[in-house]
Amino acid sequence: MAVKILAVDDSASMRQMVSFTLKGAGYDVEEAADGQQALTKAKSGKFNLVISDVNMPVMDGIALIKELRALADYKFTPILMLTTESTSDKKQEGKSAGATGWIVKPFNPDQLLATVKKVVG
Amino acid sequence: MTIDMTQFLQTFYEESFEGLDIMESELLNLDVGAADAETINTIFRAAHSIKGGSGTFGLSAVAEYTHVMETLLDEMRDGRRQVTQEGVDVLLRSVDVLRSMLTALRDGDELDGQGISDSQKELDTLLASGAGATIQETISETANQSDNDSVTEWQITFRPHKNMLKTGNDTVRMLRELCSLGDAKIQANLESLPLLTELDPEESHLGWIIDLSGEVTESQIKEIFEWVDDECDLKIVPLKPDSVEEVSIQDAPQPEVIDSQDRRTATDRRTGDRRKATTESASIRVSIDKVDELINTVGELVITQSMLGQFGEAEDFTPEHIEKLRDGLGQLERYTRELQESVMRIRMLPISFVFQRFPRLVHDLSGKLEKKIELRMSGEGTELDKTVMEKIGDPLVHLVRNSIDHGIEMPAMRAASGKSETGVVHLNAYHQGGNIVIEITDDGAGLNREKILNKAIKNGLVSANEQLTNEQIDDLVFSPGLSTADQVSDISGRGVGMDVVRKNIRSLGGTVEVKSSPGKGSTFSIRLPLTLAILDGQLVTVGKETYIVPLVSIVESIQVKQENVNRISGRGEVYKLRDDYIPIVRLYHLFGIKPRSEVLNNGLLVVVEAEGHKIALYVDDLQGQQQVVIKSLETNFKKVEGLSGATILGDGTVALILDISGLVTLTKTAGVPDLTVIDGGIVAA
Amino acid sequence: MTDIAQTVGNTDIMTAGDVSQQQYLTFMLAGEEYGVDILRVQEIKGWDTVTQIPNTPKYIRGVINLRGTIVPIIDMRCRFNLEELTYGPTTVVIVLKVNSKDKSRIMGIVVDGVSDVYNMPDEEIKPSPDFGSAVDTNFVKGLATVHEKMVIVLDIDHMCNSDELSDIEAATN
Repeated sequence: MAVKILAVDDSASMRQMVSFTLKGAGYDVEEAADGQQALTKAKSGKFNLVISDVNMPVMDGIALIKELRALADYKFTPILMLTTESTSDKKQEGKSAGATGWIVKPFNPDQLLATVKKVVG
Repeated sequence: MTIDMTQFLQTFYEESFEGLDIMESELLNLDVGAADAETINTIFRAAHSIKGGSGTFGLSAVAEYTHVMETLLDEMRDGRRQVTQEGVDVLLRSVDVLRSMLTALRDGDELDGQGISDSQKELDTLLASGAGATIQETISETANQSDNDSVTEWQITFRPHKNMLKTGNDTVRMLRELCSLGDAKIQANLESLPLLTELDPEESHLGWIIDLSGEVTESQIKEIFEWVDDECDLKIVPLKPDSVEEVSIQDAPQPEVIDSQDRRTATDRRTGDRRKATTESASIRVSIDKVDELINTVGELVITQSMLGQFGEAEDFTPEHIEKLRDGLGQLERYTRELQESVMRIRMLPISFVFQRFPRLVHDLSGKLEKKIELRMSGEGTELDKTVMEKIGDPLVHLVRNSIDHGIEMPAMRAASGKSETGVVHLNAYHQGGNIVIEITDDGAGLNREKILNKAIKNGLVSANEQLTNEQIDDLVFSPGLSTADQVSDISGRGVGMDVVRKNIRSLGGTVEVKSSPGKGSTFSIRLPLTLAILDGQLVTVGKETYIVPLVSIVESIQVKQENVNRISGRGEVYKLRDDYIPIVRLYHLFGIKPRSEVLNNGLLVVVEAEGHKIALYVDDLQGQQQVVIKSLETNFKKVEGLSGATILGDGTVALILDISGLVTLTKTAGVPDLTVIDGGIVAA
Repeated sequence: MTDIAQTVGNTDIMTAGDVSQQQYLTFMLAGEEYGVDILRVQEIKGWDTVTQIPNTPKYIRGVINLRGTIVPIIDMRCRFNLEELTYGPTTVVIVLKVNSKDKSRIMGIVVDGVSDVYNMPDEEIKPSPDFGSAVDTNFVKGLATVHEKMVIVLDIDHMCNSDELSDIEAATN
């Protein structure tokens, strides 16, 4: 069964890049443009991994992590935040909200793939 | 696997330009006294996205430049920095710089190094002056530890806290990673394992001791546990050799001196592929509903086509067949029309895309001229064709600038004449008939008729003793060389403006006219066809030729009553229609064709209007009305005054489409027909 | 529609291995033979009804519909101030691709009939003496002799790009 990944970012180009990279490595990828969309998608499909940006309209990454952890299906699902070096305090906030870890932007596709592989196999 | 990032660049550029537009409009919206948190957040997110994307896609100059902007905005949204007018202005200017940077990169042009570093300095200064700002930011977070390169064996004691699993972290993953670094011997520590009945499977109760041997550095090990740093007890002890302690030397790299000129890398400059810099984009966003509609209609067309195709197979035609054929053709017409409308709707976008640049323009211009101006906009949702919209931007800008520069008076003067100090410029758009109407209204001083008339006489456009109506004088403002500005300002008034505006609008198949009231203000009205390609037309015949008259320009068609025809010596004929005297244009004379009859009574007059002028076209006959596809004459031939293009009729022949405003101009310059000869006796003296 | 391919078989090779040769399609006009660069010939068709364009020189007959494109038709007899003929089913229109400034246009010229296709090396085209009137020598690239006949080689771009036919530079974008 293919590994399903949910990619969340309000930037279309980022979503495209992440999606393209991961799909190319054989993962199933779905996209969402904000936390609310992501939550809806997560509820209707079982994802093995969620990768989400922090700064998004409607519902940001931190709020999304909290919501996901409250769902039975996502208690232990790896959730990775996309952070930038200048928002390092967000990492702590994210961890407190229940995030598994983070990937620092900008990252290149290989870094992304390596991290995903570590977490999900 | 190396992935080519350039495929994502197009999307990145598009969304970045949108982001910049949002930044600009929100910055203008920002109430400096009581800044709305959500607004600042929106601006921050836009800058943040551009920074993140540019870094990811290899545009390092942009990433560096955007960094300070992002920091400033981050401080503002956290409340660590006050929102000041100066700050807003600096950010607005940097939005401009960023826009030009992205445009240059996208089109393969040179970056304006000087402009960028000047702006950078401005941003840095602002950053340094604010509360709690630090210029020295560590770009890279990972502390450079001095690597103990001679250690080849480590002992790692790892004990997750109870809730580590609930963040989705998995010990097995970390252990697996350790194994990939070298030889690992893992031993589990079961001391804290509670009784099965008391065991909560969602919590972690185990610990591990790992003996890791190999060429491994401490930082590598720490990296594996980076995410769970605060959720576990971790001890990393070197076993041999034991000389160096676990001291980490925080070696933050030098804060990057942001001098974009040096930093420009080869990847930022697109060599070779220099696309012509146009403000026209090559793509369009379409809502999926519109696409579905298209697919449905095409489906119906296919069905209709195969149904009609069957008749082609038929052996003979029965009356029944003819009936069915008619039905099928009717269906074909319906679906083709639907398809046409659907496709045209795809190219339609709301005019807000053009209107949105005006708040900034008015803001800057009113500041520069020291006038107080309020911009009102309505009808932003009115849709028009994308290409028309891209081309109407510049003329609109010129008209708005004109209103602000020449129309609206200085605050003192306004107060003196009893007006409020703040002038109002109103942009409005709405649909009318098959057109979109865009109005620019100002409550300024109105057109200075005396000045315009004098200038026109001076330029030889009008003779000194000619009688002109007020409207005619106002219309002169669109003539070439007619700037009445006392000084030529760089804003407008070089005298090349308004006639070019009219020419450009005409080239889009539209018209522009002005209504002015001295002391009260002026309204410029632009009328544009909703699409460039299709026209509703009335077919008329003159002699053996068929012409198309745009339906929107037709006022009425009348049978000629000889008693209403009057002649003005040296000027031609006019027709009295109720209270108006409308010039009669004998098309056959203008076009050099032999008509069916030269006697007015035998033909018809089609009264048409363009830019406030009415003329009556004399034609032999009216044929039907139909939608025609406009084909360009200029592609292979040239622009002909009085014609806006050609079309192909159902029988394959070419019919020419009349350009009414062009005809109006032509009739002014063309001679009058020699009337005494042709009207053979029936003359209204 | 005449098949050019058929006439190509009749090529005339002046000198073996001559690099600077070009093929020319020749046509007849009032007894004289004229030649145009065959690479410029898009197609050859019969005479069709033409829609007149007002206020254009007499030699511009009007425009036709060529598979959806509007193409102007130039009356060569009129252009060269020759006696006019009435056109009918045997009249031929050569559709040419003309280069002007940075774009190319399609135009048609009305001729009496199509003649042949010849190979002509550039050296064989001698400059023409000044005739004085009839044919504006700007249009004439030169004169060539083929099979002891004189062929007037035309410069299509110059001929079809004079002021009357294309936009004056100031007016174009």
